[in-house]
Amino acid sequence: MFNVETIRKDFPILSRKVNGKPLVYLDNAATSQTPQQVIDVIVDYYSNYNANIHRGVHTLSQEATDKYEQARYKIQAHVNAKFAHEIIFTSGTTHGINLVANGFSSLLKKGDEIIVSALEHHSNIVPWQMLCERTGALLKVIPMNQEGELVMAEYDKLLSKNTKLVFVNHISNALGTINPIEYIIEKAHQVGAAVLIDGAQSCPHIKPDVQALDVDFYVTSAHKMCGPTGQGMLYGKESWLKKLPPYQGGGEMIAEVTFEKTTYADLPHKFEAGTPNICGGIAFGAAIDYMNHIGFDAISDYEHELLEYATTQLLQIEDLKIYGTSKEKTSVISFNLEGIHPYDVGTILDKLGIAVRTGHHCAQPIMAFYKIPGTVRASFSFYNTKAEIDVLVAAVKKAKMMLS
Amino acid sequence: MTIEDIQNEIIDEFSMFEDWEERYQYMIDLGKDLPLINDQYKTDSNIIKGCQSKVWVHAEMQNDKIEFTADSDAIITKGIIAILIRVFSNQHPKDIIAADMDFIDKIGLKEHLSPTRANGLVSMIKQLKMYAIAYQTQLK
Repeated sequence: MFNVETIRKDFPILSRKVNGKPLVYLDNAATSQTPQQVIDVIVDYYSNYNANIHRGVHTLSQEATDKYEQARYKIQAHVNAKFAHEIIFTSGTTHGINLVANGFSSLLKKGDEIIVSALEHHSNIVPWQMLCERTGALLKVIPMNQEGELVMAEYDKLLSKNTKLVFVNHISNALGTINPIEYIIEKAHQVGAAVLIDGAQSCPHIKPDVQALDVDFYVTSAHKMCGPTGQGMLYGKESWLKKLPPYQGGGEMIAEVTFEKTTYADLPHKFEAGTPNICGGIAFGAAIDYMNHIGFDAISDYEHELLEYATTQLLQIEDLKIYGTSKEKTSVISFNLEGIHPYDVGTILDKLGIAVRTGHHCAQPIMAFYKIPGTVRASFSFYNTKAEIDVLVAAVKKAKMMLS
Repeated sequence: MTIEDIQNEIIDEFSMFEDWEERYQYMIDLGKDLPLINDQYKTDSNIIKGCQSKVWVHAEMQNDKIEFTADSDAIITKGIIAILIRVFSNQHPKDIIAADMDFIDKIGLKEHLSPTRANGLVSMIKQLKMYAIAYQTQLK
């Protein structure tokens, strides 16, 4: 049974104070907090079996290797990948995107096209611009509408036999819009293009099924789903991962090395050069266990309830405007008070112990679309409460009073 | 008044406030009274980098003293720049360059001094002092 008060006890940080006030943490879309169950796994690793993996014959190395590979199986099961070697450990979503972008640089030629969406985070735009510069490929953008939704009719028009890769986030970090990725993937496949989905914002709320989606690549980060920073994963279909060249050279990724030639290791090691974030990978597995223990259905039901409650309460404040009003959205509210800079609101909220994000959320094209400098973004997780939303609403009212 | 006199005056004013709310309210009011920059100087080259909100600063030399005007799209930032301008405006470049900025701590705004802070108080101080250095070289 989902009980938020019991869940909150798992997160030591939630009982701390900020500026003399109880912390109200509403910046979950930037990073989530870590439950004791995951912290314990990190402590256990460094206390009991810290060792380098995949090469030692000694006991510690074996134990660490086993746990690290178990984490890979957990992730495989979680996203329903066909093989464990389709899961590549990365340092995070950005790393995964760069790995794929780099791989495609040897597959693209002048005149090829890459499609991205207007809802992207900067980390989703820059690697493709760099790829286009290297290869002479063209970057096309799926436009968005006022509600913050991608316009599928325009997407259809952009697709052609020149399209080689489509790249869209599952959920927009700035607005919370859930994109119709099933449709996007199906359409892209019809013209023979590969699809990479950024799941950084979706994995904290939804359990993706990569086989059902038939997606070619899917990337995410651990730190947005109760895991540590500096850890993420790339799922790639076996056939694609075999086709892509290695990203970085180093130990772990080789089979045999002479000065004349190196043969690369099999999947997944081909893409995992050097000593990885071993503890991070193991803790990522623990975070997935933790979230599955709570249950993604329960999480998404509860977060939806929080979203509806917060939306209703915030909209009662006069001159408050919410950006991103798609019916399909996750528990993110991006808003502004009319005539007041989001930075000012964020500063007052911080004084009141409330953590929100302010600014352009690394999504300047979206802010340019709405002609605003940025927004205040409150993002809710399953450990937030309606009482915390009441604190937020009261604080926004106070900020409005002080600032107007 | 010397820079130090003005700083002491500001410290006195802020010492009357009991909590952050009164301090911020005062800063917001100061922001509203900021000597506004002439629109022609609100150019990209006058924007101070490193701030989440936009801050424009313009400097002019009058009788060997620098006069600053500024603006920002955020009101708290405007308050902060207003305090800085009050301290530095109508001062000789060499005094601006030499000015100690400890008073920021004394008026309870230390949190804004961190170099990673998004409002860029550090960037603002640096920029104002850069103007002073530039004018100082002209004087020689």
